[in-house]
Amino acid sequence: MSQHEYRDMLPGHADFTLPKPAAPVRLNGRRPIPEVPEMNGHQEATAPDAVDVWDQRVAAGLAFLRRRLAGSYSVDDFGFDKELTESVFHPLLRVLYRDWFRTEVFGIEHVPGDGGALIVGNHSGTVALDALMLTVAIRDQHPDDRFLRLLGADLVFRMPILSELARKSGATVACNPDAERLMTHGQLVGVFPEGFKGIGKHFSDRYKLQRFGRGGFVSAALRTGTPIVPVAIVGAEEIYPVLADVKPLARLLGLPYFPITPTFPWLGPLGLVPLPSKWLIQFCPPIPTAHLTEHADDPMVVYNLADQVRETIQATLHTLLEQRPDPFAR
Amino acid sequence: MVTSPPRVVVVTGVSRFLGARVAARLAADPRVERVIGLDPRDPPPALSGTLADVEVIRADARAATGALADLGAEAIVHMAVAGAPDSPSGGRQAMKEQNVIGTMQLLAAAQGVPGLRKLVVRSSTAAYGASFRDPAVFTEDTEPRAVPRGSFARDILDIEGYVRGFRRRRPDVAATVLRFAPFISSTAETTLTRYFAQPIVPTVFGRDARLQFVHVDDALEILHRSVLEEHPGTFNVAGAGVLSLSQAVRRAGRISVPLLEGTLSTVAAVARNVGIGEIGLDQIDLFVHGRVVDTTRLVEEFGFTPRDTATAFDDFINGHANGSSLTADRLAAAERAILDGIRRVRAAAAGETREGLTR
Repeated sequence: MSQHEYRDMLPGHADFTLPKPAAPVRLNGRRPIPEVPEMNGHQEATAPDAVDVWDQRVAAGLAFLRRRLAGSYSVDDFGFDKELTESVFHPLLRVLYRDWFRTEVFGIEHVPGDGGALIVGNHSGTVALDALMLTVAIRDQHPDDRFLRLLGADLVFRMPILSELARKSGATVACNPDAERLMTHGQLVGVFPEGFKGIGKHFSDRYKLQRFGRGGFVSAALRTGTPIVPVAIVGAEEIYPVLADVKPLARLLGLPYFPITPTFPWLGPLGLVPLPSKWLIQFCPPIPTAHLTEHADDPMVVYNLADQVRETIQATLHTLLEQRPDPFAR
Repeated sequence: MVTSPPRVVVVTGVSRFLGARVAARLAADPRVERVIGLDPRDPPPALSGTLADVEVIRADARAATGALADLGAEAIVHMAVAGAPDSPSGGRQAMKEQNVIGTMQLLAAAQGVPGLRKLVVRSSTAAYGASFRDPAVFTEDTEPRAVPRGSFARDILDIEGYVRGFRRRRPDVAATVLRFAPFISSTAETTLTRYFAQPIVPTVFGRDARLQFVHVDDALEILHRSVLEEHPGTFNVAGAGVLSLSQAVRRAGRISVPLLEGTLSTVAAVARNVGIGEIGLDQIDLFVHGRVVDTTRLVEEFGFTPRDTATAFDDFINGHANGSSLTADRLAAAERAILDGIRRVRAAAAGETREGLTR
């Protein structure tokens, strides 16, 4: 018993209640008399009917299926299907997040509870698992039930199935009109300015931030006066270590890179299982932009701000790496 | 700027459902003295009741060049824009003739009408084209990123190009371009309503387009207001909110059959040639990319909010209940039956174990 619990049990505390009478114990196969001992006139609360948990689960599952089949759910302008994300995508991703990567999150208080924010992170890991884990982290840790709306490369939206999974989970094409629309509607927008340069880099370049594009994300934030929250993600670099990149094959398939990892493509589909690295996610203090709204088209302001975000993420990555000397630690 | 409503209104395309309704509604308004319907074809008998108060002139736009000035037209409502090729009246060739050449000639004629004050042109949200790099929501200022594949979308781009030229040459005329989302209502007959009315609906595999509709009555209200009031500019006209294609099919109680995009194109082309289907590249592009527009400008300028997409689609469902197989009621009944079945089985199992214990 902890000190807290002990203190709460003492008489005089606001939450103090008389201890419940002990359950009747059979003596030599007979019930004791009296059946319910009366203590200080305290009546035992009649036990509520035991809730049939399985019945509730079955009913909830069937109702969910019926709603999906009848189409009675709502989809927002970007195609985000909140019900499907909450009850199908996130529970699946949470298994990876919690049990496989053992993710730890720091600084969640830097993500605002209401209003828009632009979350800018480092990108790594060959496939964009870090973006998905970041959505789960915010959903799991944030007290205000917030969803992260990712901005994805147009390659994602070119592919059938993948494009729809992305839209339904709240992502949209990385372009300024969409980013600004989401932020003016007070949404959390997640962006990875390194793009394919970040996720397709070699293992030897791990945790070295790549170039930040043209800083389009900064001008979108400036135009809407949305704060920028840099986030450093450690752990995604080790899930699929890229040893080589077969450029001709990538060009043939129309992909930005074709990775060779210790397990892919040698082990076939088994090579798609990510290595169980230890993940740390650190949100940094928000950078306000509301006072810079009129400088949205000033390339110098945009460039400097992008650089500031980049430096913050790089420095945070180094501190996180010191906290985690062994990539596959518990 | 407050101006008086136009006294003489010319409406083109009155042999079609929407054109006839617009003309009839204007004719019923006491503020408009005279409504003249212009169409190269005779209105079908079904519409003659609607057009009772409208003077119909059977002429195409070229022949009407002199007529427009003689009639003293103060407003022109251009509704003769066909959404899909109509095989009995000449197919794609006739459609392009009507949409592009017809608009060009009408605007050329309108340019020479001295008393003209208003031009209202029916356009479509197809003007935004379809590309994978498109933003999720189009505003009126979004430029199409690629020339669309569909014939209707290409016609719309041409039509809007002519209107831009007209605006330059006649800045005194208030030109309103209304970009309509696909029309829907319990009775409207369009390519899309016929598509959703089928018992089995082919869709594109791996794609779930975001769709928007506008209810025909709301579209008529907007058209009516843009003739009688002063609203120059380009406006998106759509119901707020979004239905995904799969969701719309499910709500209508239909069964969707996802086909690969290539297969669907081939099937649609064969069906079109045989004359049983009318899904063209316009529809396939819509089903792959989806199309959602921002209607803020419309609501602010007109002070009128069209009913949202889901409500408009509900009206369609009410009018087309007989082809549906998986209705919400049947699904609810199935849910209850399954739940009761499971409860009964579990109760029986629990009863047996209790008996086993007491024995």
